[in-house]
Order: sequence, then C-alpha cells, then structure tokens
Amino acid sequence: MSISASVTPQQYLQRQGRWHPLEIVFWLATLTPYVLFPDYLSLASQIAVAALFALSLDLILGYAGVVSLGHAAFFGIGAYTAGIFSKFVWGDVFSGLIVAGLLAALVGWASSFIVARFRHLTLIMITLGLGLLLAEAANRAHWLTGGSDGLQGIAIWPIFGVFNFDLYGKTAYAYSLAVLFVMFLAARRLVNSPFGLALRGIRENFTRMPAIGAESRAHIRTVYTIAAGMAGIAGAVIAQTTQTVALESIGFQRSADVLVMLVLGGAGRLYGGLIGSIIFMVARDQLSGVAPQYWYFWIGVLLITVVMILPNGILGGLSVLWSRWRKP
Amino acid sequence: MLPPVFGVLFDGLAYGMLLFVLSVGLSVTLGLMNFVNLAHCAFAMLGGYVTVTLMHDFNWPFLATLPAAFVAAAAASVVLERILYRHLYRSSDLDQVLLTIGIAFISVAVAAYIFGTLQQPIETPAFLRGAVGVMGLAFGKYRLFLIAVALIVTFALVAALDYTRFGAQVRAAVDNQRMARGLGIDVDRTFAVTFALGSGLAGLGGALAIDIVGLDPNFAFTYLVYVLIIVSVGGLGSIAGSFAAACLIGVSDIAGKYYAPELGAFMIYLVMVLVLMWRPAGLFGKR
Amino acid sequence: MTALSMRGLSKSFGSLPVSRDITLDLPAGARYALIGPNGAGKTTLINLVTGMLTPDAGQILLGEEDITAVEPQARVKRGLARTFQINTLFAGLNPLEAVTLAVAEREGISRNFWRPLAANGAAIDEAYEILRKLKLADSCYQVTRELPYGRQRLLEIALALATKPKVLLLDEPAAGVPPEESGDIFEVVAGLSDQLTLLFIEHDMHVVFRFATHIIVLVGGAVFTQGSPKEIAADPGVREVYLGTRKHG
Repeated sequence: MSISASVTPQQYLQRQGRWHPLEIVFWLATLTPYVLFPDYLSLASQIAVAALFALSLDLILGYAGVVSLGHAAFFGIGAYTAGIFSKFVWGDVFSGLIVAGLLAALVGWASSFIVARFRHLTLIMITLGLGLLLAEAANRAHWLTGGSDGLQGIAIWPIFGVFNFDLYGKTAYAYSLAVLFVMFLAARRLVNSPFGLALRGIRENFTRMPAIGAESRAHIRTVYTIAAGMAGIAGAVIAQTTQTVALESIGFQRSADVLVMLVLGGAGRLYGGLIGSIIFMVARDQLSGVAPQYWYFWIGVLLITVVMILPNGILGGLSVLWSRWRKP
Repeated sequence: MLPPVFGVLFDGLAYGMLLFVLSVGLSVTLGLMNFVNLAHCAFAMLGGYVTVTLMHDFNWPFLATLPAAFVAAAAASVVLERILYRHLYRSSDLDQVLLTIGIAFISVAVAAYIFGTLQQPIETPAFLRGAVGVMGLAFGKYRLFLIAVALIVTFALVAALDYTRFGAQVRAAVDNQRMARGLGIDVDRTFAVTFALGSGLAGLGGALAIDIVGLDPNFAFTYLVYVLIIVSVGGLGSIAGSFAAACLIGVSDIAGKYYAPELGAFMIYLVMVLVLMWRPAGLFGKR
Repeated sequence: MTALSMRGLSKSFGSLPVSRDITLDLPAGARYALIGPNGAGKTTLINLVTGMLTPDAGQILLGEEDITAVEPQARVKRGLARTFQINTLFAGLNPLEAVTLAVAEREGISRNFWRPLAANGAAIDEAYEILRKLKLADSCYQVTRELPYGRQRLLEIALALATKPKVLLLDEPAAGVPPEESGDIFEVVAGLSDQLTLLFIEHDMHVVFRFATHIIVLVGGAVFTQGSPKEIAADPGVREVYLGTRKHG
C-alpha cells in the first residue's frame, strides 16, 4: 500500500485530528430537541449529563484500559458538592460547577495512586470497593448528604441572573448541552495529543510501555484525575438542573449503568459513550412503564450480544460495515 | 457461663462457612483460568430456587434437595460454559465482566418472573430447628449443620486436590498454565470440570443459605459482592485463602452488626481495600 | 569500556533455578550472541537485565552505574533497550504512531495533553526517519496488526531504536520470519551503528556465525562457555550439548 509523496507524516497525523462532517451533523442534531421534542427537554438534559459521564469513563476505560466498577463515586461527589455548595455558599451555577469538578478531581487524584498500581481483577475489585466505600459513607453521613432521603434545600440561582431553571427544561437542556460540548472539546483535544497517544499505547500493549521508557503509572494517574473531575462536573450539572441529589447517584447501579452505556456505544471512540447513553436513556424512558426487572433482562441480553457479536459496540460494528462497504 | 462474644463468634463462623461454600468455587476457577465470572452467585441462586421448588411443589425432604441443588447448578454451568464462556477464555477482563454481568441480570429477571420478588421461606426439617444449649449459650442446630457441611466439603476438596490425579492437574494449571499445557494437561477440560464443580458448590451454598439469609431474586448481586471480597482477600486459587477470608469476613460482618451497627458494611469494604493494597494477590494468592 | 555487565545474577522460580550465578561483560560496540538449547534461560536473562524480573541475587551494571534496583522504564531512559521474542507491539496503532510514541516518551513530550500530536514536527520526523531506515516507511500508515510478520519484527526493532539506546538486547529478531523477508532483518542488524552495543539471542547458527564476534553459550541457566565463533564451533562440549554433529564455520 503506497502513500502519495504529497502527504507528509505530519500532515497525515493532522488529518487524523480533523473534524469529520458527521461530527458536525451530530452536534447540530443535538439542537433539534428544541424543535422536534419540546416536551422531552428534561429527558434530553439528563441524557446530556449521562453522555458526559460516559465520556469521562471512556477516557479511562476506552483509552487507558482501566476497568472501573466504581466511577459513580466521582459523579456522586460532584453532585453532592454542587448541591451543598448551593445550600451553604451561593447558588451561582458556574462556580458550583468548578468547585464540584475540582473536588471530584482531587479525590480522583488521591485514589489514582492506589488504582494505578494494580491490574485485572485486583483493579476491578479496588475500584468496586472504593466506590462502595464512598457510597456507604454518603449513606451514613446523614447530616451532610441527607442519607437515603436525598439532599434537601438546594437553591440554584438563575443563570446569568436571567435564565431560570423552568419546568419545561429549556434552560436545563441548554446548560447541560453547553457543558457537555465544552467538556467534549477538551476530551477531543486530550485524545489527539501526545498524551492521548500514550494512553492508547497503554491500552494496546501494557507490557511494551515500560520497554519504550514510558511511565505508565503516571499517565494513568493523570487521566484518572481528569476523568474523575469530568464525572464530577456531570454530577454537578444533574444536581443543579434537577435540584435534587439522591443516594443512587453515587451507588453501584450507576457505575454499572454508565459502563453499559459506554460499551453499548463502543469504548475508545469518544462518541461511543454519547451514542450509547442516548440509546440507553431513550429506551429506558420508553420502557419504564414496564416493571424494572424486565428492563434488566433486556440489558443482560444486550450485554451478551455486544460481547459475543459486537465487541466494539455499535460504533465498532458500524465502522466494520463502513470499511467493508468501501472495499468491495 | 460463656460470655455472649462466643455466641457472636459462633454465628460469625457459621456465616463464614456459608460464604466459604459459596466462594470456594469462584476462587479456584479464577485462579485456574483468570476468568472473571460475575454470574457465580446466579448459580447459587439457582440452587436455592431448585430447593424451594422441590420442597414446595414436590414435597422433597430438605436434605434430599441439597444434592439436587448441586447437580442443577453444575449442569447449568456446563451448558453455559459450552455455549458462551469457552469463547472468552482469552478475552479481556472487561469482556468477561460484561458477559457474566449480563447473565446475572438475566437470571435476576427470570427469577423475579417465575418466583416473584418476595423472599422464599422454607421449612427446615425438625431435627435442624431450635438450638443446643451449651454453658448458657444457645447454639443454633442449623448453624451447626452448616459448619459440619462446610467442613465436609473442605475435607473433600483438599483430599481431591492433594490425592487425586485430577487434583494434581488442577494444582499444576493454577500454578503455571503454560507449563501445564506443555506437559500435556488439557487445561480447558480441567477448567470445564472444575467450573462445574465450583458452580455446583455455589448452588449448594445457595440452598443452604435460604434459612440463614433468605432467598430473593437479588441474591445474585447482593452476595456477589461478599464473594468477590472473599475471593480477592483470600487469594485466587487458594482453598485455604478462601477459608480464612470467609471466616474473617463472616465474623467481621456479624460482630460489626452486633457491636457497631452504625459502621454497617463500611468495615468490610475498608478491610478489602486495605488487604488488596498490602497484598494485591490476596492473603494466600500467588502472582 | 564495559557497556553492560552482570555479576552473579541468579533467579529461581520456587525450587527451580532458571539463572545460576551469571557473570558476563559486554564491551562497548560488542556484537555478542547468546545461544543455548530451549529452556536454557536466555530470555529469562534478558528479563532480569531489563528489570521485568527481579533477581534473587547479583548485580547489573550499565556502564559504571548499578541499575539492579532501577525500574524497567528508567533503565530504558538510561540507554538499555530490548526487543521481544514474541511480537509485543501496539496492534491497533500504525508504525508511525507507535514509533512517534516511543520518541515522544523519550523526549518527555507524552505528558502534554493539550497540544495536538501533529504539532510535534521534530518527533514525527525523527520517527519517520527511523522507519525509513528500517524499510518500513511505505507501510507506516498501515495498522500494525495487518502488517506481514516480517514487517512486524522490523517494527519491534524500530521501537527499541527509537529510545536511542546505548545497549540493545535482541531476542531472536528473525524468529518465525519467512526466508524472503529475513534478509531485511539481517541487513538492518548489520547496519546498526558501531556505537551501539549488541547482544542477540539466536537459534539460527548461520546468523550467529555471520554477525557475532563473540558467542556465549547458556545451558541450564548457567554460562556453559564463551569464546570466538571459531572456538565455539570447534568446542566438542558445545557440539554435544547443542550443535549436534553438523560442521560449522
């Protein structure tokens, strides 16, 4: 397979990082709910939050290969922080967002020292254990978190002093979508940076990394901290837009759900988490009339199908179809 | 007069023995193939429901249902191993986690559909009800039975591992899979048989658990966490490790509930994280 | 000047000794071959020297520096690189990305998560130049898992070279490569700089006698003998243990 002389290696790599037209279509399409589904803006807002959460998990799982069963811990920390911040400091959304993200990133950074040292089952168990620990702590700390009753007394100010969080969700969706987009841009930049390449190296062959002089553990710590901060921001947004924080936001179920969303869409592709969360949340909303245990039956079937047939999720399957279609 | 702490210790040990029977299968199969089977407690749940069905619908005596629970769970594991698991022996941890969580989800939904979401009570035989009074403390007969069964299982397992050819193959494969294959040991078949036995034991554990902790469709996940903690703390592939860890966790849990209920499950998770940080392969683990 | 030396290096797996009291010196610019029957402990020795395995006893010196307690990636930074007998490549990356990654790690660029990868022209150009020298330039955009096996073996070497090593340990560089493609690998090995100290494990005696100036024979985890190719070819003990009765030289 020969390469034309006009493309230098640098230009080739530049092309990898360029925006694909489909991406622009996708982001424009995210504005359509205002026109097409005006009654579903609250759901759209929740989907945007779930997408951001899944994106943060993609950074550690899809790019660095860290399997975490406790990522909801950071989501919950962000949610509770934003809620408590609005209760005791003030209700400005932006400062609440930043404080929540920073605190979640700090806890992520602290736990990254443990997480980066382990692999395989031990790593899965430690992430699970840390997640369960934090959830249990949140449960016990009634006085701070409201325990199983949820956090009460959240008071959010209108954005810029003007836009109220109305019942129709118009402001909520605009806010969550904006936060998602900004975070997405940051994630995209990270993935296309030398650091992003190093993460892919860790995922592709962990053994080879030290053999090329790479400090894999330091890289994992960095991305884990960033992902924790991002998850915290997602949690903050849900706390601010719905003005509630429930214990479920920090529990195992949430960690498992986001894992399913990411894997469904396809990990390691940035858009996988976004697509997966849209499908998951819409399906759950439509089927929520039926009893909850039947929902989990289909999730189970879905997981088995994805693992056996579509190992790279929906986006992976689509990309295989696309490359088959192009090479007749 | 014995102080109440002995009663707590006894209850804790009995609970630990139950957890041991539930966990030992997973520990050995994980140590053998590094296959992360999060559906392990779904097999336990199957065993439990088999017992319930046989006793309620077919009037089988309790003791007779125990081997049935074992066989049913082992059979189910053979079917699943043939159809699904064997394709993933060399897959990533994530794929194994996802597949087996999916199976667990399905089992929970099916159990809820067939049996409903309420707990299933059973009537244990008369000779296992009540307690034996020793030095002022009441030692539950069922718990004594549980300890006895667990000890029999332990001896049988240790005897099989140390004195049979099959056991030697299992130990070799756990120790060094590549070398074992090189020696001509059919590791995949060894795993399949061990997996069936381990799942069967889980089924037995599920049946035994009904009288102690109850049985409902969420069993597959509720006890999965405990089992995973025991397996990682004890060390993969180690029967002694599972035994020690199960006793530790069982006693900690019961003692915690009795003496410090505000701490709740906190202590167990903390113990697990600390042990894993100190010894990533578990207390008795190898790599 | 000694580029690499081992003193009394020993390792056992349980009660099975795999390396017994190995003491070796590699002078700068050496072209040494490490041979021995299967299971002699050749790859284990490389694993010990690079830090993938921790020795039970002994010392490893890179130049003047004792690196026995130094972590594997730090040893690479000090100039010790190796290739793997079984391809240990980044299957989903293409050669350009893989070698650029190695260069970026060396230069400390890979901690940067804000600048686009494509903006690091110097690193990319250096990576491309390495690939060109190893005749991989025309397939540098093809994802590694789709490359023919011989090309993959070349990429193994490219990755190691990208770390700018002073000492390079090659573990059976031509292992499993079909004859049509193994010529490329030998050319590359022959063309390596004189400044580079080389130790390679090989089973193919033609390769060994062609490239090595000195041969070390490892049997049962211990150094059986060492010497010039002529000496080794003539040594009856080596013949018995390893070479069989065919004549070489």
